Amino acid sequence: MLRRIYAIFVSRNREFLRDRASLSWNLVLPVALVFGLSFAFDGQRDEFTVGVLQEAAQVDPAAHPFFATRYIEFVPYDDLADAMLKVERHQLDLLVDPGPPTRYWVNPEAAKGYFAEIALLQALGGTGDTVVKEQISGDPIRYSDWVLPGILGMNMMFSCLFGVGYVIVRYRKNGFLKRLLATPLTAFEFITAQVASRMVLIMLITSFVYTGTHLLLDTRMEGSYVTLFAVGLVGAVSMVSLGLIVSARVTSEELAGGLLNLINWPMMMLSGVWFSLEGAGPTLQAISKVFPLTHVLDAARAVSLDGATFVDVAPALGALVVQSALFLAIGSAIFRWEQY
Amino acid sequence: MVDDPQVALEARGLVKRYPGVLAVDGVSFSVREGTCFGLLGPNGAGKTTTVEMIEGVSRPTSGEVYYYGEIAGARFREESGIQFQNTALQDHITVRETLEMFHALYERRADLEHVIEQCSLGDLLDRDNRKLSGGQRQRLLLAVALVNRPRLVFLDEPTTGLDPQARRNFWTLVQNIRAEGATVVLTTHYMDEAQILCDEIAIMDQGKIVRQGSPEALLFARYGDEMINLPHGEIRRPNLEDLFLDLTGHSLRA
Repeated sequence: MLRRIYAIFVSRNREFLRDRASLSWNLVLPVALVFGLSFAFDGQRDEFTVGVLQEAAQVDPAAHPFFATRYIEFVPYDDLADAMLKVERHQLDLLVDPGPPTRYWVNPEAAKGYFAEIALLQALGGTGDTVVKEQISGDPIRYSDWVLPGILGMNMMFSCLFGVGYVIVRYRKNGFLKRLLATPLTAFEFITAQVASRMVLIMLITSFVYTGTHLLLDTRMEGSYVTLFAVGLVGAVSMVSLGLIVSARVTSEELAGGLLNLINWPMMMLSGVWFSLEGAGPTLQAISKVFPLTHVLDAARAVSLDGATFVDVAPALGALVVQSALFLAIGSAIFRWEQY
Repeated sequence: MVDDPQVALEARGLVKRYPGVLAVDGVSFSVREGTCFGLLGPNGAGKTTTVEMIEGVSRPTSGEVYYYGEIAGARFREESGIQFQNTALQDHITVRETLEMFHALYERRADLEHVIEQCSLGDLLDRDNRKLSGGQRQRLLLAVALVNRPRLVFLDEPTTGLDPQARRNFWTLVQNIRAEGATVVLTTHYMDEAQILCDEIAIMDQGKIVRQGSPEALLFARYGDEMINLPHGEIRRPNLEDLFLDLTGHSLRA
């Protein structure tokens, strides 16, 4: 059995690695995106954003003289630690507890924090209120730090779904699957070889792109590389398994492409590849949890930006394992070799 | 079920029904070990559908297939070699790599160098599958069918699209395979091919076998010593084309 799996595994690897156009695309696209977005958006957050420590979901402009200041977005936070982390990373220019007494946190290394602090003190100038100042130091989270896991995850998603789903449909349509059916190879052996091949290739490509981008852009890595690798690995299994469902019966490449795009696009838009869903409504957040990519990105960002440990990301990994098992079970149950 | 140990393959009552179409209608035959059995018929007669049910790549609506007295299963897949009418191979893979991959799928394995020599692939081993000519590709597909030293070889219209020289070379290959003891099941719509290669033929039309026997016996039973008069006073012996025309009312290549 292992010899047969290995034979199909090697053959599929060769086919992919010798297809230079596909290989180049898999390598160049994520690198180009990270560098392009890094160049375009790093350090260019135009708005001033101030966090307000309160329970209510809306900030009332009348609740504090500072909150009426124009050109500042006031965002409510009920978790002090979370909000302080954002000040540390320059994601918030200032954090204000309206008090009384008014208390604020500012990062002395953040230029916009400096100006937001002036605006706060000016707003309080005539009131005579006591003001308590706290300082938080820390390097900024650049857009490239935040978006790197998103782009790698997106590349992994495309590669897993199309690299397995589309390829199996092509094999079925051109009769190669039928030829394999006439050998002692079982469906389990064939699927295992396809999954293993894609896993190895995508992890090599992702590791290569991550390492290169990380070294060149000096992106943030607070956690363990091993944990990050584990997140990628489990995520890739989940997305390959999802691709298997699409490929299990479809005989037309056009239909397969359409179905894969039907999965890809919502997953790309709602999993937080390009922007955070933190401020999105609860329904949208619940929908996003359906997609494996959401769990991959949440876990990868937690590891790289927050230094999360394996235990911290275990719930996300657990969700991915459950999804993988479900997708594999469905894919295996409905898999068919022949075209008709 | 045929208990004769000399019977390598038996198809019994094979039926294949698609929505609105009865493609194969109760086909039964047996193939003796070491012989070449030909399924002859025009395009659409049901030859390929019949053979694919026997090969196990298409499920029959009803009927059974026996291999050496057992329902065809794992042993059948291990010991049979199949050359399909249309098979795509993987892109970017060489001839040698293709052979090695299929070779590794079997427990029962031929000496690969012998297969390469037998199919005259020695000069093509490092060539990408996509860059083979029609004849070279057919030789590779035959070699793929031989990597497991099969006892039973299926050849589904193996010479369709080949030039006359390539067809004759292919016939020699098939005769060599038979000489090594393999049983061959051949589907074709070329009468000359069937007459040269087959010990026994079954003529199919509209999903049914309309005649079965050795080419000589079938011709003798129908025509005896009759000769056919041609224009300009020429005469010739009847052939399988004539037989098929007489039996079905239309040509083999219709």
